[in-house]
Amino acid sequence: MTGQREWPLWEVFIRSRRGLSHQHVGSLHAPDAEMALRNARDVYTRRSEGVSIWVVPAAEVVATSPDEKDSFFDPAADKAYRHPTFYDVPAEVRHL
Amino acid sequence: MSTARTHDGGERVDAPSMPAVATYVLRLGDDALVLSQRLGGWIARAPQLEEDVALGNIALDLLGQARTLLTYAGELEGAGRTEDDLAFLRDEREFLNVHLVEQPNEDFAVTIARQLFFSTWQLALHQRLVGSSDGTVAGVAGKAVKEIAYHRDHADQWVRRLGDGTDESHQRMQAGLDRLWPYVAEMFAVDELERALVEDGVAADVSELRGEWDEHVDVVLRAATLARPDHGWTPPGGGRRGVHTEPFGYLLAEMQHLHRSHPGASW
Repeated sequence: MTGQREWPLWEVFIRSRRGLSHQHVGSLHAPDAEMALRNARDVYTRRSEGVSIWVVPAAEVVATSPDEKDSFFDPAADKAYRHPTFYDVPAEVRHL
Repeated sequence: MSTARTHDGGERVDAPSMPAVATYVLRLGDDALVLSQRLGGWIARAPQLEEDVALGNIALDLLGQARTLLTYAGELEGAGRTEDDLAFLRDEREFLNVHLVEQPNEDFAVTIARQLFFSTWQLALHQRLVGSSDGTVAGVAGKAVKEIAYHRDHADQWVRRLGDGTDESHQRMQAGLDRLWPYVAEMFAVDELERALVEDGVAADVSELRGEWDEHVDVVLRAATLARPDHGWTPPGGGRRGVHTEPFGYLLAEMQHLHRSHPGASW
């Protein structure tokens, strides 16, 4: 183990039940991956919130920059034809 | 309440007309209750926020076990005592927990050593109590084994990290093991009451758990580069007879004063 004073930060993803995908629920500090899983269990699943946990080192998450927001996201705003809004959804299709 | 001399010279307190099974259930319940109270002392003081929550969770698991067991002991006794009566209105000499669980938290490594020693023992015991002829004891054990397996894992992880960590964490973890090692033997002592209950299939024979306990603890200590303590000295024990170590009175005073000052208080 290193001599660093602060534990690294981990991002926590929980799958609340079978069939759903993992969702980001928050972050926590832990000395390593095994302890991060255990801490996540204690901090985020105490009230039966989950059936599966992923932890990811926060330093390994590659994120978009707020400075790039315009070029990344704005061009999608005025292209209504990309949305499937031009046909009727049958009533039986409930989870679209 | 009468007192009598036991064959080993210790004083025994006989709670009036408490059936043997009730006494046994109270022993298990007191172990859980007292350790829960000790662990609660870490709330807002643990090394990290995450560890605060982890120790709090373990304390609450133990409190849940204690509540069921104390309630059941009261029912078996048949004198109308509730879980609260047993937790808050008994005096020191009526508590039947082993000495290990009442030892102060001290250093975090001492707390972790206590967790390793106790949860390894408690898990082995409850894995056997699942087959108890007493339905309630078996039921509590069945629920508790999953909780305790996690408690033991939590301790294993920490012992390995502190032992195989920095020079300071290694030294302090070793000191924690050495500090509490004398209290290990008491957990494996069987008295006449328990021997009779083992015959009846209610209790498990704790003297048979030592080999399994040693095996697990040795594996963890080896992985953690820690030495198995080698004490010749073992204190006389007596927790099961209501004889306790000095720090226990302070723990009880803190745990009981609210209920005793304001009987029936709730919020």
